[in-house]
Amino acid sequence: MKDTDIKRLLYSNLLCIFSVFLSIFIPSLFLDNFSILETHLTWLCTCSASVTGVNLLLHLVVKPNVSSRRSSLSHKVTRVLKCCIYFLLSCFFLHIIFVLYGAPLIELVLETFLFAVILSTFTTIPCLCLLGPNLKAWLRVFSRNGVTSIWENSLQITTISSFIGAWLGAFPIPLDWERPWQVWPISCTLGATFGYVAGLVSSPLWIYWNRKQLTYKSN
Amino acid sequence: MRLGSGAFAASCVAIEVIGVAIFIRGFFPAPVRSSAGPEHGVETPAPEPMAGASSNWTKLPSPLFNKVVIVLIDALRDDFVFGSKGVKYMPYTTYLVEKGASHSFVAEAKPPTVTMPRIKALMTGSVPGFVDVIRNLNSPVLLEDNVIRQGKAAGKRMIFYGDETWLKLFPKHFVEYDGTTSFFVSDYIEVDNNVTRHLDKVLQRGDWDVLILHYLGLDHIGHISGPNSPLIGHKLSEMDSILMKIHTSLLSKERETLSPSLLVVCGDHGMSETGSHGASSTEEVSTPLILISSAFERKPGDVRHPKHVQQTDLAATLAIGLGVPIPKDSVGSLLFPVIEGRPMREQLRFLHLNTLQLSKLLQENIPSYEKDPGFEQFKMAERLHGNWVKLHLEENHSDILLGLGTKVLRQYLGALKTLSLSLSTQVAHYDIYSMAVGTVVVLEVLILFLLSTPHVLCRKAELDVPLLSPVFSLLFYMIFLVLSAIHVLVCTSSESSCYLCSLPWLAAGGVMVLVSVLLCAILSALIRMVIDGTLLKKRAAHPGSGWSEVDLLLLLGTVGHVLSLGASSFVEEEHQTWYFLVNTLCLALSQETCRSYFVGDDCEPQHYFQVEEQGCSDILASTLLDSTSYNTPEPVRTGKGASLSEAQGSCKWWTVLASPWLVLICCRLLRSLNQTGVQGAHRPDLSHWLTSSDHKVQLSGLAALSLIVIFMLVQKGCSPVSKAALALGLLGVFCYRAAIGIVLFPWQSDNKVISKGIIEARFVYVFVLGILFTGTKDLLKAQVIATDYKTRTIGLWEIHSGLVLLAALLLRPHNLPVLAFSLLIQTVMTKFIWKPLRHDAAEITVMHYWFGQAFFYFQGNSNNIATIDISAGFVGLDTYLEVPATFLTVFGTYVGPVLWASHLMHFLSSEASNGPALSRACFCYALIGSVPVATYIVLVTSLRYHLFIWSVFSPKLLYEGMHLLITAALCAVFTATDQTRHTRA
Repeated sequence: MKDTDIKRLLYSNLLCIFSVFLSIFIPSLFLDNFSILETHLTWLCTCSASVTGVNLLLHLVVKPNVSSRRSSLSHKVTRVLKCCIYFLLSCFFLHIIFVLYGAPLIELVLETFLFAVILSTFTTIPCLCLLGPNLKAWLRVFSRNGVTSIWENSLQITTISSFIGAWLGAFPIPLDWERPWQVWPISCTLGATFGYVAGLVSSPLWIYWNRKQLTYKSN
Repeated sequence: MRLGSGAFAASCVAIEVIGVAIFIRGFFPAPVRSSAGPEHGVETPAPEPMAGASSNWTKLPSPLFNKVVIVLIDALRDDFVFGSKGVKYMPYTTYLVEKGASHSFVAEAKPPTVTMPRIKALMTGSVPGFVDVIRNLNSPVLLEDNVIRQGKAAGKRMIFYGDETWLKLFPKHFVEYDGTTSFFVSDYIEVDNNVTRHLDKVLQRGDWDVLILHYLGLDHIGHISGPNSPLIGHKLSEMDSILMKIHTSLLSKERETLSPSLLVVCGDHGMSETGSHGASSTEEVSTPLILISSAFERKPGDVRHPKHVQQTDLAATLAIGLGVPIPKDSVGSLLFPVIEGRPMREQLRFLHLNTLQLSKLLQENIPSYEKDPGFEQFKMAERLHGNWVKLHLEENHSDILLGLGTKVLRQYLGALKTLSLSLSTQVAHYDIYSMAVGTVVVLEVLILFLLSTPHVLCRKAELDVPLLSPVFSLLFYMIFLVLSAIHVLVCTSSESSCYLCSLPWLAAGGVMVLVSVLLCAILSALIRMVIDGTLLKKRAAHPGSGWSEVDLLLLLGTVGHVLSLGASSFVEEEHQTWYFLVNTLCLALSQETCRSYFVGDDCEPQHYFQVEEQGCSDILASTLLDSTSYNTPEPVRTGKGASLSEAQGSCKWWTVLASPWLVLICCRLLRSLNQTGVQGAHRPDLSHWLTSSDHKVQLSGLAALSLIVIFMLVQKGCSPVSKAALALGLLGVFCYRAAIGIVLFPWQSDNKVISKGIIEARFVYVFVLGILFTGTKDLLKAQVIATDYKTRTIGLWEIHSGLVLLAALLLRPHNLPVLAFSLLIQTVMTKFIWKPLRHDAAEITVMHYWFGQAFFYFQGNSNNIATIDISAGFVGLDTYLEVPATFLTVFGTYVGPVLWASHLMHFLSSEASNGPALSRACFCYALIGSVPVATYIVLVTSLRYHLFIWSVFSPKLLYEGMHLLITAALCAVFTATDQTRHTRA
């Protein structure tokens, strides 16, 4: 593991953070009265789109997992299709979990679903980009001592921090402050976003501090 | 002295209960009171002020009304009269309110909105303390000055019909009375007929001055079926016709005597959207107050909108109306429209009397009363009043006099308003000394708990309690002397009343001994810890802290919940916290199951806690054997792994993976059954749908299904005899509900005679007692005859099933699914999660505690007095018996925690291999139950001037105290069970 690797990780993470900020400022150029709180659903869509875009771009340009095997076009197409299906499945899965956590079943379905979409954008898409539609690899990365590179380490940290952010985001909902951001699911989506950004910032730093202790099996 | 950790925990919790009791006694303050007791005899009323000379009008003004009839309709909400319901069902009253000779108000009741404190407020004009809620069921004689007492002293002949609470409050005050009992909530016809049957006779006779009628039917309907039930309409029409009868009779009497009479219609409290009351929501505190008298005649077109007033204002108004002195403790102000039609001199005189009484009360309760704006206003008004009287007596009937009079009037009204406000909002003094002593006891117990935690969790389940040595140490005597000195000092110097000081010396001394013993115990425990420090360090050096995600979640969740109690919204919505935590726990368990099945080679770490513990005991053993090197617990670990894969083989993998999700789905369904808390209480939920009269068939089906599920889940662990008893008992539960008319048999038509179901309920009680008796017998047998542990397990399961049967009887039919799901979750978790994954006793205890808490709220409870289902206390009782009724109500409320604790007991004792698991679990249960109480006491003390202290934090304090008491009882049972095992061994 070299310092250049960590530097590359840092830059790509900064790019991801940039994409989140982009989704806040770009739509206001095209849309009147755009704001995160009032037109929350629009923001969710743009944020999800821009984060997905940047992740795909990074995947194509940086290619952290250099898979030496060249594969045929049809193989690639099935791979992409599989990724799409995985993404959709994860959205539905998260939606079900939110309902089990107490989100309304019939009302606010669109809001809940878009929250599921943005949370899986923060978690599933980086996984798909880095590991591909390979459940075994996912399980390996998210089990103890299973990471094999700093990229996977960073992925682990950002995914877990996004989930924790969304989880913590639910706490202000019952408070009686009567703020606009306490409405379901705004505080949770904001929490997830903060968690994601915090994970992106902290993972290179954490890896840098612990670079002496970290040893990866295959590297 | 050596104590098992279970016995240690049980005794600690018992001591903590004492501490909390002292705290609660000090926390609920005595309300604002006049120091002069009512025994002082008749005081001469204050004369009219007059500048320069004394007025000749020193007597009390003569009564305004010849006869007064008070019709108190329990739980009459303001919109029942002034809203659309009033227009529809109470046409006569609506006519009187809108066009007739009447004044109408919306009177605001102060929480707690429960009948007895409200009656007190109406008759004394004071604000009763929160503690009155607890005394609601056995109302003692009202000792404070009140209108009834004054009326009796003035020789008024008073008659009362209605709720017998009045007769307990005012014994021997009424010349004629007939009390009806309010304890059969399901009866709403007969209670009111018992009042109305006397009406014709009494109205005809007319040999009385005051007639009080208290109708309970409306409140009962609210408790049964809520404010939107069709029964409400019928009841309101009935009340309207009664009012019409009284009013016409009064009018005809007036024509004979030519002096006006007064008809007062009021409610004691409102009704929430669920039909309950006790809290402070707008629906519960808004009551109508209508004064009807021919003296209040109005011109056509004079629209009088109901003004908002305080409920306490009625006492002063009634006193003036009857021509008796205003009760001394009254904080209310006279309802001015009542005297508006009188001559100016009388008006001023009445206002002066009221203001004088309030300012006297202020002088006695606030040291710096002279700076109070209301008091200054009063002094000014009194001076002006004197001038006015002088002018008036000089026969000066000019416009100046009228102008000045109006000015004085306005000044008086302003003073009244300010005085009344500052008196009713005055925070009564907390008994800080008792609170501090209680807090100290509780915190000492908590520290002792925390200090012994590492010892209990990581080593043997026995504790060396240093009890005897400190008692004979010098330190103990010194601390005791110092504390006694402080006690004497505080008690002799403080002016305000103090509970601890009013105790006899022996009891106070006992408390001091307790405090100092605990302090010494803590000190010696600390010293021991320092000595043992080297051992602890060695343990810390042991590689890899054994915290799995579930452990971390359990710890952080508990801490988070405790901290959340500081915010009023989190207290109101505590159910959300528990649902959230339980859901997260299920997800964490699901992750754990996934990992242990998909990543087969990585299955050890999640059992590390247990392994670690084994390691600890190994360490201890090795240190005891004086060997410096200890074995790493490798062999143990491999053994575990083998047994784990064995356990995996026994149950299918997919059931294990699906079980956390099944639990999650159950929790989600239960959550939509009962909406609770403050924000969500009004939302539609399944229980409303089920309890509405249109869906009786569905409710019956659901109840029957739940009872069958309960039977299926419970019967498998029972002996054949108790199996049969259980089946008959559950059948009896359904019969009981059918008898009181809540559910239907398939062959039954809807309109059946409704009984109280006494026989059916007692039939079930017999089986409950029988099953409990069999269980206890088995436990004792297991102790005496050293058979294998199986008998004991069966005995525990029988006790569990007896409790389940009792719960099935007490829970309302729409809550039976809660019980069924609770048993289902227990079975699923035991079979597929706890057994295969081999959780540690501590983890299992905490999980049981969490589920118990969640089920407390699933059942529809909240941190609000109003959600307590008191009807559980009258199941199968013919008359109100205090002890059984209290016991049944408490059990009915705390079904969730109790059942989960009894399941915990059975589960841990069935795992025979875990040696000291039960006493360890008892320790954990006591610890996790006492941490929130201790923290909450500190939080409440620091928040005692918070705006919501009475509406949110105080009820929660009562709930916490009750929960601690139940925890103490459960711990005692745990220890007793554990003792039987020890003696056998």
